[in-house]
Amino acid sequence: MATINVSKKYTAREKAYIPAILIGMKITMKRFIQGFLFRKHDTIMYPEQRRKYSDRFRGAHFISVDSNKTENCTACFLCETICPAECIHIVADEREDEQNPYGVKKEKKPVSFDIDLLRCCFCGFCEEACPKDAIKMSGNYEMATSSREEAIVDLDQLKRPMNGRHELNEGKKK
Amino acid sequence: MDFETIFPFAQLAAKIAFVVGLALGVVPIMVWFERRGAAWMQGRVGPNRVGPFGLLQPLADVIKFFHKEDFTPRNANKFYYYLAPMMALIAPLCAMSVIPFGSHIVVEGKTVVLQIAEMDAGVLFILAFAGLEVYPIILAGWASRNKYSVLGALRGSSQIVSYEISMGLSLLSMLIVYGSVNPHDMVAWQSENWWGFLMNPFGALVFWISIFAETNRLPFDLPEGESELVAGYHLEYGAMKFALFFMAEYVAMIMASALISTLFFGGYGILPGMQMLIDMIVNHFGFSAVGAQNTLAAFQVLSLVSKVAFFMFMFVWVRWTLPRFRFDQLMDLGWKILFPLSLINLVVVTLAVYYFNS
Ligand code: SF4
Ligand code: SF4
Repeated sequence: MATINVSKKYTAREKAYIPAILIGMKITMKRFIQGFLFRKHDTIMYPEQRRKYSDRFRGAHFISVDSNKTENCTACFLCETICPAECIHIVADEREDEQNPYGVKKEKKPVSFDIDLLRCCFCGFCEEACPKDAIKMSGNYEMATSSREEAIVDLDQLKRPMNGRHELNEGKKK
Repeated sequence: MDFETIFPFAQLAAKIAFVVGLALGVVPIMVWFERRGAAWMQGRVGPNRVGPFGLLQPLADVIKFFHKEDFTPRNANKFYYYLAPMMALIAPLCAMSVIPFGSHIVVEGKTVVLQIAEMDAGVLFILAFAGLEVYPIILAGWASRNKYSVLGALRGSSQIVSYEISMGLSLLSMLIVYGSVNPHDMVAWQSENWWGFLMNPFGALVFWISIFAETNRLPFDLPEGESELVAGYHLEYGAMKFALFFMAEYVAMIMASALISTLFFGGYGILPGMQMLIDMIVNHFGFSAVGAQNTLAAFQVLSLVSKVAFFMFMFVWVRWTLPRFRFDQLMDLGWKILFPLSLINLVVVTLAVYYFNS
């Protein structure tokens, strides 16, 4: 079997360390002066300045509602089934007729719809699986909470009219 | 008690307060600079939210350190576990006591030598305390009963012991040049002739590399190599005990910078061009001989501080330039390169001194 030799002979200049170190120090000094005198930096000053993520960014979920403020979800369990992290928990029930005064008749409804955002891996499978385009992923990436319980979002927090992915999901806090 | 009896104690206390205050006062500024400087070199911003330019960030850190849980591992050897951080801070502070930060000032007709401990064997005293810096590392690593800590301590001690040899040899070559172990004599020699590093550039280089290893700074920070050893020998230390180690690192850096300034860069000898400024001030205010001496001393302190500041900057600069060495590379560099070269250098310097003196 042929052996590929990837090691190379170092030149005397490379072996002496010092020239290479000096070159490196020249570079860092240049950067230091740029940063110190000219305030050049690539940092996004976060709370004031925000990164613009791409349109395909998968952030926090929301459940779209129709013009009647009724959620589009029909509790078909497809998202719960496909979810690899098993973080969606739905309890289904029958929907009263008066909740469907017009439009498509939705016979089933979720009584509760919980997503554990700490378990979720934001793969987006739920969004792809949903036949009703009910569960969607927004551009919201600010999901920090101060306790584990708060990271489990329920239907009230998820429901939101679908007007563009980039509006932050400002669901009511519990 | 009259003035005569109280004066020696008062001047000693004042000098200790000055040196310790300066050394510990510089630490937060250095921590700030280390973080901001690193950020600037890497195209970042660094801590800039607390206070103007983020200058109060170290203060916030200290408050945080005070509020942290004072944790002691269950199986730790309590005595040594608590002893290690104290020793880490005390050793370099003690070593600083023999570094002269000025020639002398005259107070009330009495001469005050600007050095805490006036001893003839000053440099040897420094070496002894530099050697003592191994102990906190070993004690911390061993006493906290953690595998990572022990590994870090092993690395740290072998590294310091190895580099102490080349450091000692280059120091020895300078002692031969100066013909004295008293720091005051060295500075006087350098003021009359040239700065030491011009006489012995190679010794200066070896010494400089060695102090990086001695102070466990990058590129030689293997004892705390966080990617392999979590945090090395101070892994089990939290709250203020960790803060002591943290401070000790910076105090050791200050000590090493002061030492290399004294040995190779003219110590408190005033920087070129300062003499003119001093003459100007003395003439302008019409100082007597006493006043002139005190002005000179003030400028000497300033010179030493600026030299130390320069080397502190070098520490930060090098740290954010070079990656960490691998441990075998580190040992190779120490034993196969620096040790023989500094030995040869010592011989060459000895012969040169013999030749020029005879
Ligand atoms: S994004 Fe993936 S992990 Fe998260 S809820 Fe949807 S299917 Fe589950
Ligand atoms: S969100 Fe979509 S996939 Fe999930 S249960 Fe409701 S309708 Fe089905």
